[in-house]
Amino acid sequence: MGKPTGFLEFHRRPPERRPAQERVKDSKEFYLEWSEQDARDQGARCMNCAVPFCHTGCPLGNLIPEWNHLVYLGQWQRALERLHATNNFPEFTGRICPAPCEPACVLSINEDPVTIEYMEKAIVDRGFQEGWIKPEPPASRTGKRVAVIGSGPAGLAASQQLNRAGHLVTLFERDEYIGGLLRLGIPDFKLEKHVVQRRVDIMAEEGVIFRTGVSVGRDISIDDLKKDFDAVCLTIGASQAREIPVQGRELNGIHLAMEYLTQQNRRIAGHNVSPADAITAEGKRVVILGGGDTGADCLGTAHRQGSEIVYQLELLTQAPDKRPPNNPWPQWPQVLRISPAHEEGGMRDYNVLTKGFSGKDGKVEELNAVRVEWGAPDESGRPVMKEVPGSEFSIGVDLVLLAMGFVHAEHEGLVADLGVELDGRGNIKTDAERATSVPGIFAAGDSVRGASLVVWAIAEGRQAAHSVDKYLMGQSSLPSVQL
Amino acid sequence: MEKLPLSQCKHGLYDPRYERDACGVGLVANISGKKSHDILEKGMEILVNLSHRGACGCDPLTGDGAGILIQIPHQFLKQQCADIGINLPGQGEYGVGMVFLPSDLGQRQTCEALVQQVIEDEGQGFLGWRDVPGNNAEIGYIARDSQPSIRQVFIARGSQVHDEAHFERKLYVIRKVIERALGQRNDDLGEHFYIASLSCNRVVYKGLLLGTQIKGFYPDLSDPAMSSAFAMVHARFSTNTLGSWKLAHPYRLVCHNGEINTVRGNINWMTARQAMFSSDQFGDDMEKLFPIITPGASDTAAFDNTLELLLATGRSLPHALMMMIPEATGEQVEVSQDKRDFYEYHSSMMEPWDGPALIAATDGTRIGVVLDRNGLRPFRYVVTKSDLLVMASEVGVLDIPPEEIRIKERIHPGRMFLLDTNEARIIDDQELKADLSRRQPYGRWLADNKITLDELPEPKDVKKLVPETLDKLQRTFGYTIEDLQILMEPMAVGGTEAIGSMGNDTPLAVLSGGPQLLFSYFKQLFAQVSNPPLDAIREELVTSLEAFIGSEQNLFSETPEHSHQLKLKQPILSNAELEKVRNISVGKMMASTCSTLFDIQEYEGSLELAVDKLCRQVSAAVEAGSTIIILSDRGVDARHAPIPSLLATAAVHHHLIREGTRTKVGLVVESGEPREVMHFALLIGYGAGAINPYLAFEILHDLAGRDVLGGQVDGYIAEKNFVKAVGKGVLKIMSKMGISTVQSYRGAQIFEAVGLNEELVDRYFTWTSSRIQGIGIDTIEEETRRRHSSSYANGRVWANMELDQGGYYQWRRDGEYHMYNPETISLLQQSTGNNSYETYEKFAESIDRRDRQLSTLRGLMDFKSSDTPLLIDEVEPASEIVKRFATGAISLGAISREAHETLAIATNRIGAKSNTGEGGEDYRRFIPDPNGDSRKSAVKQVASGRFGVTTNYLVNATDLQIKMAQGSKPGEGGQLPGLKVDEYIGWIRHTTPGVELISPPPHHDIYSIEDLAQLIHDLKNVNPQARIHVKLVSEIGVGIIAAGVAKGHGDVVLISGDSGGTGASPESSIKHAGLPWELGLAETHQVLLMNDLRGRIVVQTDGQLKTGRDVAVACLLGAEEFGFSTAPLITMGCIMLRKCHLNTCSVGIATQDPELRKRFAGKPESLINYFFFIAEHLRRIMAQMGFRTVNEMVGRMDRLEPHNAVEHWKARGLDLTPMLQLPEVSDNVATYCQVAQDHGLDQALDHQLIELSKAALENGERVDIQLPIRNSNRVVGTMLSGEVAKRYGEEGLPEDTINCLFWGSAGQSYGAFLAGGISLTLEGDANDHFCKGMSGGRSVVYPLEGSTFVPEKTTIVGNVVLYGATGGKVFIRGLAGERFAVRNSGAQVVVEGVGDHGCEYMTGGTVIVLGAIGRNFAAGMSGGVAYVLDEDGSFASLCNVDMVGLEPVVEEDDRTVLRHLIEEHLHYTKSESARRVLETWEDVLPRFVKVMPHDYKRVLEERKESGLTTESVSIG
Repeated sequence: MGKPTGFLEFHRRPPERRPAQERVKDSKEFYLEWSEQDARDQGARCMNCAVPFCHTGCPLGNLIPEWNHLVYLGQWQRALERLHATNNFPEFTGRICPAPCEPACVLSINEDPVTIEYMEKAIVDRGFQEGWIKPEPPASRTGKRVAVIGSGPAGLAASQQLNRAGHLVTLFERDEYIGGLLRLGIPDFKLEKHVVQRRVDIMAEEGVIFRTGVSVGRDISIDDLKKDFDAVCLTIGASQAREIPVQGRELNGIHLAMEYLTQQNRRIAGHNVSPADAITAEGKRVVILGGGDTGADCLGTAHRQGSEIVYQLELLTQAPDKRPPNNPWPQWPQVLRISPAHEEGGMRDYNVLTKGFSGKDGKVEELNAVRVEWGAPDESGRPVMKEVPGSEFSIGVDLVLLAMGFVHAEHEGLVADLGVELDGRGNIKTDAERATSVPGIFAAGDSVRGASLVVWAIAEGRQAAHSVDKYLMGQSSLPSVQL
Repeated sequence: MEKLPLSQCKHGLYDPRYERDACGVGLVANISGKKSHDILEKGMEILVNLSHRGACGCDPLTGDGAGILIQIPHQFLKQQCADIGINLPGQGEYGVGMVFLPSDLGQRQTCEALVQQVIEDEGQGFLGWRDVPGNNAEIGYIARDSQPSIRQVFIARGSQVHDEAHFERKLYVIRKVIERALGQRNDDLGEHFYIASLSCNRVVYKGLLLGTQIKGFYPDLSDPAMSSAFAMVHARFSTNTLGSWKLAHPYRLVCHNGEINTVRGNINWMTARQAMFSSDQFGDDMEKLFPIITPGASDTAAFDNTLELLLATGRSLPHALMMMIPEATGEQVEVSQDKRDFYEYHSSMMEPWDGPALIAATDGTRIGVVLDRNGLRPFRYVVTKSDLLVMASEVGVLDIPPEEIRIKERIHPGRMFLLDTNEARIIDDQELKADLSRRQPYGRWLADNKITLDELPEPKDVKKLVPETLDKLQRTFGYTIEDLQILMEPMAVGGTEAIGSMGNDTPLAVLSGGPQLLFSYFKQLFAQVSNPPLDAIREELVTSLEAFIGSEQNLFSETPEHSHQLKLKQPILSNAELEKVRNISVGKMMASTCSTLFDIQEYEGSLELAVDKLCRQVSAAVEAGSTIIILSDRGVDARHAPIPSLLATAAVHHHLIREGTRTKVGLVVESGEPREVMHFALLIGYGAGAINPYLAFEILHDLAGRDVLGGQVDGYIAEKNFVKAVGKGVLKIMSKMGISTVQSYRGAQIFEAVGLNEELVDRYFTWTSSRIQGIGIDTIEEETRRRHSSSYANGRVWANMELDQGGYYQWRRDGEYHMYNPETISLLQQSTGNNSYETYEKFAESIDRRDRQLSTLRGLMDFKSSDTPLLIDEVEPASEIVKRFATGAISLGAISREAHETLAIATNRIGAKSNTGEGGEDYRRFIPDPNGDSRKSAVKQVASGRFGVTTNYLVNATDLQIKMAQGSKPGEGGQLPGLKVDEYIGWIRHTTPGVELISPPPHHDIYSIEDLAQLIHDLKNVNPQARIHVKLVSEIGVGIIAAGVAKGHGDVVLISGDSGGTGASPESSIKHAGLPWELGLAETHQVLLMNDLRGRIVVQTDGQLKTGRDVAVACLLGAEEFGFSTAPLITMGCIMLRKCHLNTCSVGIATQDPELRKRFAGKPESLINYFFFIAEHLRRIMAQMGFRTVNEMVGRMDRLEPHNAVEHWKARGLDLTPMLQLPEVSDNVATYCQVAQDHGLDQALDHQLIELSKAALENGERVDIQLPIRNSNRVVGTMLSGEVAKRYGEEGLPEDTINCLFWGSAGQSYGAFLAGGISLTLEGDANDHFCKGMSGGRSVVYPLEGSTFVPEKTTIVGNVVLYGATGGKVFIRGLAGERFAVRNSGAQVVVEGVGDHGCEYMTGGTVIVLGAIGRNFAAGMSGGVAYVLDEDGSFASLCNVDMVGLEPVVEEDDRTVLRHLIEEHLHYTKSESARRVLETWEDVLPRFVKVMPHDYKRVLEERKESGLTTESVSIG
């Protein structure tokens, strides 16, 4: 299988990105296309390892060597089949997954890994282009009805799997769009929204019923929910953002990242945002608190809005460029990541603790911070933080975006009303099969796992579908996913 | 005492059915039938001179058995009987029975009364008993303790009996009736009663004796009145010491040297045939002969029983022998049409008794000797001018003056030799067989009656699947994507089986979480040590896939109807061919199809009922006259599931055997299930005559249609290639057991089951070994149901009918479990890289974890902790324990220089041992590095390829390891893809760069246990300080082989598990051959203890040992040393790519690619850390169990107990008790190795040679030595060569420094491993293995002065001459035997004629043959040059031109080399042939053919172009 000497003949060559100066002028995706030959050469680099660490690096267990091989052979349609065998939405993961498979790739022991993520994108894009991806409605219906609540990637995956098993699925979404964070959280330059919509359309044709703008528990009673459906699957996400309880937090111009990003997505989709409500970086000095992916999304968005200057501050120490010895292959490398947004500008600073904000007229003007040092771990294993005396400083700022992560699902409303048990971290508690403490109610995705990757959400949704199917039918041939 | 001898009963894992033996055979006769006492004396002298071929066990005075078969000494017996009041009638009027009776008087009398009763019942006259004097003063205690009471019974011919032949038949009936009567008794009388012979013309004297003891024990034999015209003698080397008098040879008609590999099948078929026996000679007496083959009989005894029957029912001795051991008649073999017809005709009634066999048999007046088609046993003979015939396994067993000798010859492969004392002449093979072949118009009978597929009309309707059902069927029959991609695609594209690498690390089928095909519960058995595997690739001409199917006729008659059967060229039928068979309607041929589906919707238990129903259905079809039964699982649907095809086939096969109708029909299997080679082998092995794998075909067409197989391969080609690959694969599996023909393989059941319960096996797979129980038919049903429901679950139809991944060959997250997976690999690398025992513990926990995943038998065992555990400090230190560790035999070539040397450095630092593997070693590594590290491998392996096995290599070893088998592919030779043979590897291996190296499946100097003992002796001679290892692979009977190794003076026996790694092996071998080491090790320890041999041999084990726990279990099961391979490679960076065979290892380990080698990042420290972790882990277990030292712990299987905590749906039925059963032996029996073997080196002639060569060894002065020699002087010149190599290294001494002249017949291995500077000259002749492994020096042999025979027509040296030679020069005036210069890689040789398979596998050197050659010359030859004088133009037809080209000798260089060597030949040997050639040089030259390997030519030309000479080629 594969080309045994491919990795010796070809170097890693991901598709090129559009120049930073050009791409900040619009909201389009930043990758250029590969040629067919490029993709096949890159596929030839896969060594078809007998122990493919990439495949364990992927939460979905994507059959990476299989489709790399098929791309190498130019058998795109079969590659697409193998890709879809484990992943309902490769067009999402192919664009926005941090690709834990790649550092786990065996080649990355001593050279650059296979371009797995781009391969995934190339295969699925080809599939849509060629019209191979078509609705696959079930041959027959079981007569069972399932409610899936929350239309992020976990909910979408669960819905598609359950629908294919023959159940009638209703997917509830409180926002006006199907897609959750995919639709409203992730900026267009990473994932253009027509990509989400075309998948939603296919699912609708397969028979999934979408109900947007419906908040379950408020618009539909819990009793009706239980009465109308044979099983319920909660995929409501972990939307409770982490706050920063410091002086001046209440000042205008300080926003949660998600408020900012969703508004921008709506704006691009053509919604009118009243100037009073608008959060924009245009012409402003911006500080983003938090060095993760959401922070980077804010960064890219701010650039596209025409910010004057952007700082991104991180409490923790800057990660090294290379793997430290205690973090060997095939572990996820704790190294400095440079996302495309970083290529476009902005200044990153580390070991910075925000002490408070100050401003005038209720409007933020300054961020006050101090530098910290990280010492040896304490008894609980966490490194001890120490402020560096005399290192206090301030930054002039017009817009502060809080991108420090999410704590757990929203407890108020649905979760509380259903009475499902929570775990110590505030996530919905389930067993390995994703059944909650309430019979017939399952949960999956960020609401169970805590905020995580899209690829995990899809995996969670697939596992929940398997469990729901088994619950309803006694057995299931839907694939089960190790979580 | 009278307790049952241990040899008779099963204990623990020991099963006496797997006892093996081999031996020395001899024969002396007066050709004209003149009787004399002298013949007896000579016979006994032969025994004495063959005594080194026999063996003894723990008791040095108890032999394994020796005996003599002679004509009835009438004068002597008449006189003796007269003395005790028995009046014997005239010669031929009475019969003599040589009877072993119980020593207990009461029991003896019961037996005697029975004997008398039967004699009288059968209408013959009972004359009386005579005590045979037996002087046991000189014999060993074991022999004495088990000595029976030996008496002769005399029987007078009854009045109704008209002639001697009739009387002989009557005596046969009497013996069988007595045997059956005793066998049916409830007590154990039968065990202590044995009739060694009962005949009116011959008698056997034998016993549990050494060859030297026969004469002293039986005073009868020395009595001058005792006389015979011939004496057949036999000295036995058996694998056990559980002494049994009855197992000594000769049997009643035969002496046998070798093995019958097909014996299980032969016995099955004889049993099956019985019901149809009908003989005029016996009439109603026929049934008294049943069972024809004594239950539990050895292979020789079974052969003897069958031969006896064929003779008694009217066939002549040579006729019967031709039926039982036919020669090869394949297309590549030139045979007369008459003979071809004879063999083909007879193959319709009996399958060959196949194996390495030299059989000497007699009917009292004639003696026939046959050698199997492979010619694997030596038999040399001399005829004197005074009509004396002397034949023996060796030449030189009797001293005969050279001028007396008329003929000196050997028996050729497949040929027969017949002495007819009535006709007073020797009848040669050609005359004999020509006469027999024309007895009947066999050719016409065949033409009129035999049916072939081509003759049958084209079928109108060939079945096809509808495409929509393909997915469902694939799932129902358990196909995975891997089956398609990894197994079937290579077969369909290349016509060969897929190659893989590294070992199997998935669970046994019975421990697998998912349903497994029934096939997966079986493991292939293979030949090791006591019989050789054969070479299905290079010696293809002896193999055959052809067979008859249909209805057999009475074995005792000959009619045209006998051949009225369907003849198949090979056993795989296309759909169209199957329809031809289904619709057959010619003569009495008729086929019936019986469905093997069962109704899935019926209750549980329906599978069992369905099998019963199937058997009844088949019986009815047979009753109705069907001659072919098609077992078909066509028609699977939502309701109907298939009975596993193997279950259906074996169940019907055994049902019909029991019913007595098996030979009336042929079985054809029409099934969707079989797709890999192993499946087909199993179906055939359990009785199928032909198989139609319709679903596999359909899939191939589907793949081709989807353009998966590449543009060139359409469905038709794919199918053809697939069938070809299956044929080749089945041949390979057969050849591993040394079986040549599919006809003999059919029903031979060469498998061991793992994880099937006794009830299931006894009922459907009768006589198959299954030692630890397991699942029953209910679980098989459950597995079938699970597969079926994956297609048809709940009536729901999935949009996505993707096949399962499988994950058996490559790890997949949702596939089969692998012990080496991302988690364990990374934990192992991290722990050893960072020296973190804590991380190692996580690794060990993950491997050892049994709550989630069971994989191995050791996982099913728990330790019994001690009530008084020790403190860890009380346990011996880890630094001592690691000295017991070794890394496995991984060749340089399989892995890179960097990796190979890292293993050596790491092990040498801590006193452990690394192993060269089979690829030789750069001699510069023998010198330590400046920093004190040593790159020298402590263990030097000697494998069948003998790559780089020079004298210098052998003396630079702590241990020498003979690889008999390898866990990943037992029964096959090593394999190194051409990509990996770069200049450096080629230089070390003495082979041609770029050429793939496949080692011969057998060691050509080991075809039996006594040959192994010889090689052990050879190696011990060359390096007396080294321990000699023998590496075996676990299978049933391995303990018995290990006992043989101990008796053959091996110092260490290694029991490898089936899961060991490989650089390249067929996937079916990696997955399906061999058994886990736990079984083999436990059996080994048990058998060694029972034989009191454990104390003199070290037992090592390996096969994916990973953790300290694994080592602890291995130790408790009997090992004191431990080998590791995969884990050490992982510590050096291996990530189980399993690409070793492709040379693309991305971490620089299993590759020779210079770019990739740069990536090697392994460190010796990581391996050292690993070994210390293992030792530490072991110490913790030892402390817990209360063992202070490893020695205390060895073999304490009683301290293990089955692990019951796990509820596994399949593992529940397993029973490990036999593995944990410590034999009861007395306290003084050693339980671990405590004493060194006595290698008997003190008798070596070389001590004298070394003494006489002192001046040469010490000062390099020339010495001349002259000594007589005889056949008991074995391994001459070898110890001396070791001394030379130790002092003077690779090159040795200057030419002609030590000069030895010998006269006489030299023993085996003369000149073995000869070193540079030693010149041997032998006047006389020599035996097998002459100059094997020679690495320098010169060896010359010519006949003794005074000889009158024609040297160039006389066999002067034996078989396997120059095997594995790497240098030196040899001149032989006369003929050599079979397999001359096999694997020669450097010696220059002139010889005057060679037997079959000359220059096989040769990779270097020059061979000149001035006379006749045998068949298959130059098979697999990839280097060096041969020049053959082709006088009669027959050479081209005898040469195997697969890899060589034939050219005239025109180049000046060639002419010079040729002429120069022939001149030397003349100079040293005075050869007439050489003189004639040189005198007529220009005339003769055009008749020389140069045999030039294609690859060698290419490389030489490339070198020429790049300006390199052969000599200057880099040594890296």
